[in-house]
Amino acid sequence: MIEFQNVSFSYEKGKSVIKGLSFSIADGEAVGLIGANGAGKSTVMKLLLGLLAGEGKILVDGLEVNRANLAAVRKKLGFVLQNSDNQMFMPTVYEDMIFAPLNYMVSREEAEQRVDRVLSQLGLDYLKHRYNHKISGGEKRMAAIATVLAMEPEAILMDEPTSALDPYNRRIVINTIRALPQTKLITSHDLDMILDTCERVILLSDGQIAADGPADEILRDRALLEANHMELPLSLCGRE
Amino acid sequence: MNKMDKALQEIGEMDELAARSSPIHNLSATAKLLSTIAYIVTVVSFDKYDLSGLAPLLLWPVLLFQISGIPVRTCFYKLRIVLPLVMAVGLFNPFFDRHIILRLGTIAVSGGVVSMLTLMLKGVLCLMASFLLVATTPFDSICAALRKFHVPKTLVTLLLLTYRYVGVMTEELAVMTDAYHLRAPGQKGIHVSAWGSFLGQLLLRSMDRAQELYASMLLRGYHQHFHYAPQKPFGKKDAVFLAGSLLLFALLRFVDVAQLLGGVFVR
Ligand SMILES: Nc1ncnc2c1ncn2[C@@H]1O[C@H](COP(=O)(O)OP(=O)(O)O)[C@@H](O)[C@H]1O
Ligand SMILES: [Mg+2]
Repeated sequence: MIEFQNVSFSYEKGKSVIKGLSFSIADGEAVGLIGANGAGKSTVMKLLLGLLAGEGKILVDGLEVNRANLAAVRKKLGFVLQNSDNQMFMPTVYEDMIFAPLNYMVSREEAEQRVDRVLSQLGLDYLKHRYNHKISGGEKRMAAIATVLAMEPEAILMDEPTSALDPYNRRIVINTIRALPQTKLITSHDLDMILDTCERVILLSDGQIAADGPADEILRDRALLEANHMELPLSLCGRE
Repeated sequence: MNKMDKALQEIGEMDELAARSSPIHNLSATAKLLSTIAYIVTVVSFDKYDLSGLAPLLLWPVLLFQISGIPVRTCFYKLRIVLPLVMAVGLFNPFFDRHIILRLGTIAVSGGVVSMLTLMLKGVLCLMASFLLVATTPFDSICAALRKFHVPKTLVTLLLLTYRYVGVMTEELAVMTDAYHLRAPGQKGIHVSAWGSFLGQLLLRSMDRAQELYASMLLRGYHQHFHYAPQKPFGKKDAVFLAGSLLLFALLRFVDVAQLLGGVFVR
């Protein structure tokens, strides 16, 4: 579904942020992308979405990410931004949700049905006509996820989906992510969440892959995690 | 909540006002847009000394406030920042134009004072009319109506995005003001020495966010074409409203209502 072939990128000349990255993610796989602050996780997402262009080759569902394929690639990928306030820009949740389907030339009736379907799938029917400036942080994060699901993407990318959420809303978001059947790529420092939602983990260190394997193994490797400014997930503490 | 957060809340509240229901809200955006433009043109067309001719134009906004159920208080509260600016426009007229044109009993009134009052009233009337349009019509609908009149797509989209970005910018301003005051306790406002870096930061930060917002639109398939929600069609009641408004404006413009009513001022 997603393939990086020797991808490099630098924001400023001579200062590579991503250094010859290669990995692939299969259909339906759930992958956690972890690493210290500044390791390049968000940059990987932006490269994948074609918001940044680097060297090397990125394939999404067999399509190369380039100018010509941009629209087709983006249609396959749903991106949940780290800051939901930047994702939701319409007055109401409903208007935000219907924005993408309409852009993809879905008829308005069909788009409305999609919105209703996604909202009831997530148990968020009550949010439909609420104003974005009047819902809580947790609700906004869920609404942002709903907005992306209304696109019916083949893969879902999430940048720190549980950041700034209280435990209750964090749990709701985790359960929601677990229930999604799509291919998933999730970045986070919340390793407990990654353990709960992903079967595989890619550890990024200074723009390179430091480890790639089953979540259960990598997230138990105290030395590896600590070398990358992270700690063992709480749920694994004392059970090494 | 600091002042800026409140400002942000208020922008959101405009969307809510516009989503209410009333005979005015239920009119098509086209009818309201056209009548508002006609109203503003009428107001502006009055002579700069014609205060008595202009005054009766207050009738239209007052009627709209009544019918739409939007409190006049809300209007002036929301406009409290721009209102003084608009009022200030004519402030110097009395100094330049000392020619006496009017006597109220024993008080001589100079042309400058009359033209200042006229200008102020014009400003207030136009602001009220614009406020009423935005408070009774979702902003998207206004943009959709503008598109119908073949206003260029880029321009309308820009208008719509500006309306949305104002919120983003206010939010950044709120965060920064808080951060500033936490480190400068007891200080009122922001010290002049910090204005430069403060403004620069504000611009950079809101640009960053605007960029991310725009990226989020692009990622959801946006390409220079905004899909407006289906608009209320222009129906019979819209035609009646528009014709009625135009008739009223013509009447107020070309018939000296004040004189008809017995003359409020004596020329
Ligand atoms: N717009 C930018 N301009 C210049 N450098 C940037 C920009 N965005 C990120 N960087 C740098 O790129 C590196 C990787 O950033 P990022 O991908 O955001 O890391 P992460 O998401 O893993 O915390 C960091 O060193 C960061 O300072
Ligand atoms: Mg990041």
